[in-house]
Amino acid sequence: MQQQNNRFFFNVDWITILIYMALCAVGFINIFSVQYDPDKSEAFSFAAEYGKQLIFIISGLILGLSILLLDSKFFSVFAPVVYGITIILLITVLVVGRNVGGNQAWIPLGSFRLQPSEFAKFGTALLLARYISTFNLKLNTFKPIIICAAIIVLPMALIMLQPDAGSMLVFLSFMFPLYREGLPGNLLIIFWGAVLLFILNLFVTPSLLIISILIIGGLFAYNTRKRVQKVINVGVITAIAICYLFVAKYIFENVLKPHQRTRIELILGLTSDNRGAGYNVIQSKIAIGAGQLTGRGFLEGTQTKYDYVPAQSTDFIFSTIGEEWGFAGCFVVIGLYVFLLLRILNMAERQRSVFSRVYGYSIACILFFHVFINIGMTIGIMPVIGIPLPFISYGGSSLWSFTILLFIFLKLDSNRMGFI
Amino acid sequence: MDQLFNRKYIIQGLFVLLALTLLGRLFYIQVASDKYFLDANNNALRKKFIYPARGVITDRNGQVLAQNQPTYDLMVTPNEVKPFDTLSLCNIIGITMEDFRKKFHKAVVQSRYQASIFQKLLSVQTYATLQERMANFKGFEVQKRTIRYYPDSIGGQFLGYIREANQREIEKHQGYYKPGDYIGKSGIEKQYEVDLRGTKGVRNMLYNAHNVAQGSYADGKFDSLAVSGEQLTTTIDVEIQKLGEQLLNNKVGSIVAIEPATGEVLAFVSSPGYDPNMMVGRETGNNYMKIFSNPYRPFFIRPLKGRYSPGSAFKPLSALIALQEGLINENTTFNCPGYYQVGRTRFKCEHVDGNIALKRGIARSCNTYFWSIFEKEMMKKGRKNQHKAYDEWQEKVRKFGIGDTLGVDFPGESAYKLFRAEDYTKRYSKYWNYGTILSVGIGQGEITTTPLQMANIMAIIANKGYYIKPHLVKGIGSDKRIDPKYKEKHYVGVDARHFGPVIDGMQDAVNSPIGTARESMIPNILMCGKTGTVQNTHGKNHSVFIGFAPRDNPKIAIAVIVENGGYGGAYAAPIASFITEKYLTDSLKGRRINGATVEQYKADNLLPVLKDKIPKQKPKVDTSKVDTTKKTAPLKTTVASNTFNKTAIAPKSNATTE
Repeated sequence: MQQQNNRFFFNVDWITILIYMALCAVGFINIFSVQYDPDKSEAFSFAAEYGKQLIFIISGLILGLSILLLDSKFFSVFAPVVYGITIILLITVLVVGRNVGGNQAWIPLGSFRLQPSEFAKFGTALLLARYISTFNLKLNTFKPIIICAAIIVLPMALIMLQPDAGSMLVFLSFMFPLYREGLPGNLLIIFWGAVLLFILNLFVTPSLLIISILIIGGLFAYNTRKRVQKVINVGVITAIAICYLFVAKYIFENVLKPHQRTRIELILGLTSDNRGAGYNVIQSKIAIGAGQLTGRGFLEGTQTKYDYVPAQSTDFIFSTIGEEWGFAGCFVVIGLYVFLLLRILNMAERQRSVFSRVYGYSIACILFFHVFINIGMTIGIMPVIGIPLPFISYGGSSLWSFTILLFIFLKLDSNRMGFI
Repeated sequence: MDQLFNRKYIIQGLFVLLALTLLGRLFYIQVASDKYFLDANNNALRKKFIYPARGVITDRNGQVLAQNQPTYDLMVTPNEVKPFDTLSLCNIIGITMEDFRKKFHKAVVQSRYQASIFQKLLSVQTYATLQERMANFKGFEVQKRTIRYYPDSIGGQFLGYIREANQREIEKHQGYYKPGDYIGKSGIEKQYEVDLRGTKGVRNMLYNAHNVAQGSYADGKFDSLAVSGEQLTTTIDVEIQKLGEQLLNNKVGSIVAIEPATGEVLAFVSSPGYDPNMMVGRETGNNYMKIFSNPYRPFFIRPLKGRYSPGSAFKPLSALIALQEGLINENTTFNCPGYYQVGRTRFKCEHVDGNIALKRGIARSCNTYFWSIFEKEMMKKGRKNQHKAYDEWQEKVRKFGIGDTLGVDFPGESAYKLFRAEDYTKRYSKYWNYGTILSVGIGQGEITTTPLQMANIMAIIANKGYYIKPHLVKGIGSDKRIDPKYKEKHYVGVDARHFGPVIDGMQDAVNSPIGTARESMIPNILMCGKTGTVQNTHGKNHSVFIGFAPRDNPKIAIAVIVENGGYGGAYAAPIASFITEKYLTDSLKGRRINGATVEQYKADNLLPVLKDKIPKQKPKVDTSKVDTTKKTAPLKTTVASNTFNKTAIAPKSNATTE
């Protein structure tokens, strides 16, 4: 037993754990800074957010280490169960959930609140990995794609009912592990093309857009004029694209909620609103910009100290980093993330089992999606969709779910030579 | 490993690319652009300004001309305003609800977080009432500041006025002023703005997002105390300034007196003037429009901008240049048959003197004598080289401060052009000679000067050959600093020995029975001077006197111009006489000149009647000074029937030719 344990810890990727802990520390320091009030020199308090976050970090670490003690086969075997539990939680929250800020996303548990959408991420990742690792599965055929899509869309739909668009959009990141496993690249292109058209639709007048689509379609058709079938294909795609324009317009104007519309319009620069939804972003940008190259110093940011940035310990925690630690601090934090994510991808590639690889890709892409959207929204290049910055943002649910995500993979990796 | 392995690089590349996008954007926001850094300071940092007292302006003897009185501005910080009884506030400060909404909106536009002026210049009574109820009006506060008060109500144009800085001035001074701050707009207040205003004190306060003060920034390291403006000692003598303004009451004209030894301006009268107190307080706007629309243009600063032919006042200068060149000496005589002949044309002289020498020529202001000198000047290089001779001559005239600004420490001095030979060639083509420009020889035609320049010429003669740039401020601050350029002597290129005969002539002009300026004679004081009668195509002649006194060790050089005052002895000379006497003896013995007392001179009304303006308009807006009871003027005969075109008072048309 003793010997086995030694080997087990030897196999765990300690560098990843170090980066994880570094990011947690960055989170703690900056949450402390947000909470710090120079006029109240209180003793360290576990009732304050930084105190709670310390508890979350420590308990998260314990949780993570105990995951390492589980058998690696457990995750593969119980993947459907975990997925099922998270789906049940997602339904439960719709019934008993507490409405916070317009979203019914929280299940109250004593003094803490549980956010099931956070846990749905690894549930989905596990089941997806389990399904794709099915022997001889071809992801370029129709049925597996539909099944994968169903696994992803079910939690998305439930989350949308809360409604929490931000958390829902995170599930789009599962597209990349699927792509790695053989999903045709064209599907991705079509999907992101549709997103692009949706955005352009808001900017450009429809007639202009239709004409440009026709021209592009015409060029493609001309290129392939010798093969009738392809010309027909191009024609059909062009027609679908044009129909899509109208559908998209309709969805934007009638299906999306007004605050979602506002946010999309804001991020696209279609409207400007300095006091409403745009206020967060403006203040966050000011805070980050005020940091300049080296930052204003720990506890010295006026934007941070004097509460100019709303939701600063949670979604906008990066503005504190930007203000107090400057470009240098931002560079280090983003560097840590990129290093962590590339490492996870490399580790995923060295797995023998498809299950571990798919799972590794899933968590890397989920984490990256969070990091890019979250930082992007604090500097005004992404819409404000309210998703946390992994390991750094204040909040037990998100920290624990990211910890679980990561440590499951570390466990799988420590057993990479074995078969699952 | 399968063929899909390569897709790993696509995903990794995507990660790196997007991370670089974030870093690029961060680099722009944090390092490349300053905008957000400044915005952060605007957010949290509020500067609270403490306004210093503006410097006091005194006369040369320390008597106060401009001082400060406290006033109160009601300030509002829109974000701190809680619902309150708007009507009661409106009633206290005396505005309508409509005004209230407008003013509040204006404040909101300016800034929600920074206090801006809501109502300016509350009276002490309003302030007292308001102060009791201030607790009801959250977000409002009263800010004390000082405004000007002029105890003697004199020297309006000279002192200038202060008003709120406009956008252009705010930009020009790079951040010192903010909207609502006062700035000197004209006169001494403008010229010495930087010395007078002092330095605003600053308290850097930090505010949080809920607009609650969080203490001072960096423990007050960047705070500063207000530094009061410096006292300004002007060169003006309040007594003669006051007398001068009274004497020019209801007249258009100006008086400039200079202390020859120092170039200090003792009196600076521009008439009609206005009470400087009119440009202070809540009625400023209305008063400004009143003064501005006055057809006699009280804002026109005549001592520096008025354009007059020096006329006879130019003659001593002409003689001095000729003496220096050796063209004449004090005994050179010319024959005056009552006219001066060029070719077949005869130019009239006022009198027939026969053969006269320089002294009598000046005393009698003999045109023939000075035309003869001018002919000599122009002919000195031969008949063919008159243009060259003229150019040499006008260069010498320039040395007396004619043809350019004198560089007085006052904004807006005009420079009136002195013709060069090439200018005449442009006008007459090359066929012109001394006969063409004969009027220049007696200080008319193309020679025009300001009253200040005329007084300065007198200072040059009094000093026997040099002048110090006239200036209006004797010293800045307690150490009485002054620009060193107001200590330099400017020599005019005429030796002191040549001044004797000229001064003799001027002495005779005043003090001998044959003189033309006998109205300026002062008992027991040797005044030297000359009268001028400047013809005016639009109406009655302008009355001019220039001179200095006493003859030995002169203390005052003076130029007086009374537009439409008739001949020089009628108004200008007596007025100069009164002022000189007042300055030198500090008293006016109930003297009569031309049979009239000083009071009668003060009362005379010489304002031209304006055809196309409403005649009821009071010429001087300060009612306390307008003498409505018209006393019979001793010399004035046709004043009331003077019906000039309005342009008669426009200064440019006053430059007349014979």
